[in-house]
Amino acid sequence: MIIIFYIAMFFMVAGLFAAAVRFVKGPTAGDRSVALDTLTTIMVAGLVLLAFVFDRIIYIDVALVYGVLGFIGVIVLARYLEGAL
Amino acid sequence: MSVVFEIIGGVLILIGSLFLFLGGLGILRMPDVYNRIQAGTKATTLGAMSLLLGVGFLKLDDDWTWMLKIVIIVIFIAFSNPISSHALARAMYKRKRYPVIKSDQEDMDAYKEVAKQIKEEEQS
Repeated sequence: MIIIFYIAMFFMVAGLFAAAVRFVKGPTAGDRSVALDTLTTIMVAGLVLLAFVFDRIIYIDVALVYGVLGFIGVIVLARYLEGAL
Repeated sequence: MSVVFEIIGGVLILIGSLFLFLGGLGILRMPDVYNRIQAGTKATTLGAMSLLLGVGFLKLDDDWTWMLKIVIIVIFIAFSNPISSHALARAMYKRKRYPVIKSDQEDMDAYKEVAKQIKEEEQS
């Protein structure tokens, strides 16, 4: 069973790395915002997986709060780029 | 029942991690901000929901409160990811970021003319 977590962690770290490269490289601010949104979603899933691996339910609450804050951040960034703020 | 839940959870976790990887790869490889929005939000929505439900199935026999909290996060992701994708695409459209056309040479020439016009308008 533990091999599944190694495989899942490998794939998720590879996805995080790819999104982080785009976050650093991205030519415009929109690319960086999209990369930030993707990083937030992958990290929420990673926190829940870590909660199962370490058997601590409190990490799920951390993941929920992190998801809410990342969502609000992306919405504010998008409204700012649109020129509405 | 426990073995069934373990098999379902393992398969869901593998599918979810694969889709999360595909979302990150799409963010890196796509040529254009609209394609990046498409790859980065749709694929990671399915991946995160599948992985979270897989973890919930693995813990369903021990402690059902994990499934409750995970369902809350899944509902939140199902609402929040399309909203942020829509807001980003709308912001990019309002800022006049035009999509890349890679189909054939005529489209490419037309796109280059349009891009030149837009550049002149922005400079004037």
